[in-house]
Amino acid sequence: MANQGMDRGRRRFLVAATSVVGGAGVVALAAPFVASLQPSARAQAAGAPVEVNVAQIEPGQRISVGWRGRPVWVVRRTPEMLDLLSEIRGRLRDPDSEMEGQQPHYAQNEHRSIKPEFLVLIGLCTHLGCSPAFRPDIGAAELGADWPGGWLCGCHGSRFDMAGRVYRNMPAALNLEVPPHRYLSDNVILVGEHTEGGAA
Amino acid sequence: MKSLIAFLALAVMVGVPVALQAAGPSVPLDAVKVDVTNEASLQRGARLYFNYCMGCHSAQYMRYSRVGRDLGLTENQVIHSMIFTTDEDGELVNPGSLITNAMTADYGEEAFGVEPPDLTLVARVRGEDWLYTFLRGFYRDNSRPLGVNNIVFDNVGMPHPLWELQGWQEKHLDANGVSRLRVVEPGRMSGPEYDRAIRDLVTFLSYLAEPMQVERQRIGVYVMLFLIVFLGLAYLLKKEYWKDVH
Amino acid sequence: MAGNTADKIQGGVLGWVDARFPLSQLWNEHLARYYAPKNFNFWYYFGSLALLVLVIQIVTGIFLTMFFKPDAELAFASVEYIMRDVEWGWLIRYMHSTGASFFFVVVYLHMFRALLYGSYKKPRELIWIFGVLIYIVLMAEAFAGYLLPWGQMSYWGAQVIVNLFATIPYIGPELVTWIRGDFLLSDATLTRFFALHVIALPLVLLLLIVAHIIALHEVGSNNPDGVEIKAHKDENGIPRDGIPFHPYYTVKDLVGVGVFLIAFFAVVFFAPEMGGLFLKPANMIPADPLVTPDLIPPVWYFTSFYSILRAVPDPFMGVVAMGAAVTILFFVPWIDRNPVKSVRYRSFAHKLNLAVFVVTFVSLGYLGLQQVTTLYGELTLRFGVMYFLFFWLLWFHSKERSVLFSIISFLVLVGIYSLYDYTRFDPANSQLLLTAWLLPTVYLFLTMLVPVFKRDLGRDRPVPERVTA
Repeated sequence: MANQGMDRGRRRFLVAATSVVGGAGVVALAAPFVASLQPSARAQAAGAPVEVNVAQIEPGQRISVGWRGRPVWVVRRTPEMLDLLSEIRGRLRDPDSEMEGQQPHYAQNEHRSIKPEFLVLIGLCTHLGCSPAFRPDIGAAELGADWPGGWLCGCHGSRFDMAGRVYRNMPAALNLEVPPHRYLSDNVILVGEHTEGGAA
Repeated sequence: MKSLIAFLALAVMVGVPVALQAAGPSVPLDAVKVDVTNEASLQRGARLYFNYCMGCHSAQYMRYSRVGRDLGLTENQVIHSMIFTTDEDGELVNPGSLITNAMTADYGEEAFGVEPPDLTLVARVRGEDWLYTFLRGFYRDNSRPLGVNNIVFDNVGMPHPLWELQGWQEKHLDANGVSRLRVVEPGRMSGPEYDRAIRDLVTFLSYLAEPMQVERQRIGVYVMLFLIVFLGLAYLLKKEYWKDVH
Repeated sequence: MAGNTADKIQGGVLGWVDARFPLSQLWNEHLARYYAPKNFNFWYYFGSLALLVLVIQIVTGIFLTMFFKPDAELAFASVEYIMRDVEWGWLIRYMHSTGASFFFVVVYLHMFRALLYGSYKKPRELIWIFGVLIYIVLMAEAFAGYLLPWGQMSYWGAQVIVNLFATIPYIGPELVTWIRGDFLLSDATLTRFFALHVIALPLVLLLLIVAHIIALHEVGSNNPDGVEIKAHKDENGIPRDGIPFHPYYTVKDLVGVGVFLIAFFAVVFFAPEMGGLFLKPANMIPADPLVTPDLIPPVWYFTSFYSILRAVPDPFMGVVAMGAAVTILFFVPWIDRNPVKSVRYRSFAHKLNLAVFVVTFVSLGYLGLQQVTTLYGELTLRFGVMYFLFFWLLWFHSKERSVLFSIISFLVLVGIYSLYDYTRFDPANSQLLLTAWLLPTVYLFLTMLVPVFKRDLGRDRPVPERVTA
């Protein structure tokens, strides 16, 4: 157990080198285990883009489809609904959709959609994930005479307008999310893809 | 002590290879060398599989999209050349679907007496040589209900799906009394062409049974190199510390 | 100055913890001031490697449990789901299947080390007994795990082993139905095996391993010379031939880990089926209760004992023999009463006995994988007899035996099995029978009688006072 002739520098270097290399190995081995918890090929197949035919939607109506297990709403807005969008700007938190991540760039406009008529939204409240109720009736009794139509979340009362924009001073701080989507033809929307082959 | 270790090592070295070559098949198999990194061969094999086998045999643990991605095909190619199965609405299934097929188990049992087995893992069950011999081993046998028999799978319950390509063979005994097959009615392919086609098909089935096998070996090389570096460092570290011990 | 502050902070936190939990004490007792003999050799790597494999199995097992479906309808497909759809699932699954086999490789070598250096002898009998218990629980764990993929081999292998219990007189058939939870191996069996495999047996295993290590650290490690290092302590009470486990054996074991991982990952990445030894081709077919595969050998790590089962013609006696082959391990500390621990200082006859035991065990393992033929059946019987003769010889070599006792016991033993051979003599196989008869007879002759004529071969050598370098 004599310590003569011991090279401290070499020893320290070897301890460090072995620790670094061994540690790198452990991290490299941990990576596949962490990655295995991501959505599998089955989940990804179930999350494949969904086609929606919008021709049958009556003006003022909303339909709901499932995409990746979440409700996706497609609303055909009437000209009256579209007109009201700019009138209520002052009551909204983010009227120009300036918050990134809540919509693709092609929906970053007043009506938050590619074609003004058709709005595509993920139907989950940005507060805690409840699905808000569709209230298109202008001036609905319990929502006040100035209610321009939109959504009311039953969980904590957040209100959204006909473009999914949130009102000021609501529990929810963000506008409803617009999912990636594109038009396959005039009447068919593909939800889940920005461009051809470009997965969401 | 040393001799004991040597003895142990010997026992293991002799014992293991003997264990591995145990229980061979009764009919000699033709050896085939497949290369699952050969994309063109895989694509040709996949074409044969989807055109001739899929009708009866599913590959229900595998997804169309995965085959397409691994074989370098576009989504359109996948949709147009592989997918024949429709969903309950009569629309072609999504490329992310598993490769199931329309023939139900009941129908298969009625038509052939047995349910055509799923082929996803067949290459791991039977081995490549067996498949290669089997797919080239159909011959005419009028004593069988379908008029077909197979040299490695006696009384096989399936027809010869590739007879248009291979033609028809008959069995006869050669001078040494060994069973041989001879083409009596040529098909669209010559003998060597057919053998190559079957090799492609076996290549595809081998891929299908273990789609990650190429990736597995590729990553394995890096892991080995890393571990050798680690071992070298650990050895130096051990030597350094053990200088203290006398 | 800076160093001082750092010391204070560390002492502060560590001191705070130490006042509430014996952290430093545990560290010192089991690593930094656990004094291990300085002469550990190759055979001493396998204890720490067994721990490493345990960690690999637990971690990969937890991840597999997240994706596996313990349901007879879904289990097989969920394994293929792991292999294909789960990102890196194939790596996790291959690590787990390879780990199972490597666990046994490591444990067998670890157990053989104990036989070589007499590590089961006083005062380490309990360490050995905990070890044998670990081995048995590990076999149960591996057996339960092997059913889970629900392939043909899983199904029929389990069928055969579970049916062994049916040979028990009176209660057998009822017992088997109770184990299966059904009148055939079914979903009910799968779910209970799953529960045993993922929680019950691993818990028992962990407890036993803790007990094994506590017992070891209480009495201290044996070593290749089989001398007690605690007999020679310096003025500080530290064994003169001991070195702190940490850092000396931690860095040494790291080298072992490096070599082990190269072998382990070579199999995982380049030969996960190991030519059918680790993963069997027939297990790639979903379980089918109506079709039995041609040959249903157990996985390689069970085949030595499976051979003993098959060697005995009567089914119940076969089960008893197999049970005895495992149970006898518990008694090894009291069978081998020789005061000399290490094979280094034991007689030639004992060395030969150990070497033949290795051949016997490997041969039985090989034969257990094969279809029974007349030749293999005969060899299995002979090696089965030799398996038990090993333990007899272990006792016999406990001290120098008299000429008379040696000759009489030799004749009695040979007489017993020769008598049995006489009752089953078949002229058609006489040559095979007689040749095979030579196997145990030559074994006994060399280990019992030769030392009688050449006394040196049966004599142990003096054990040194201190460990040799």
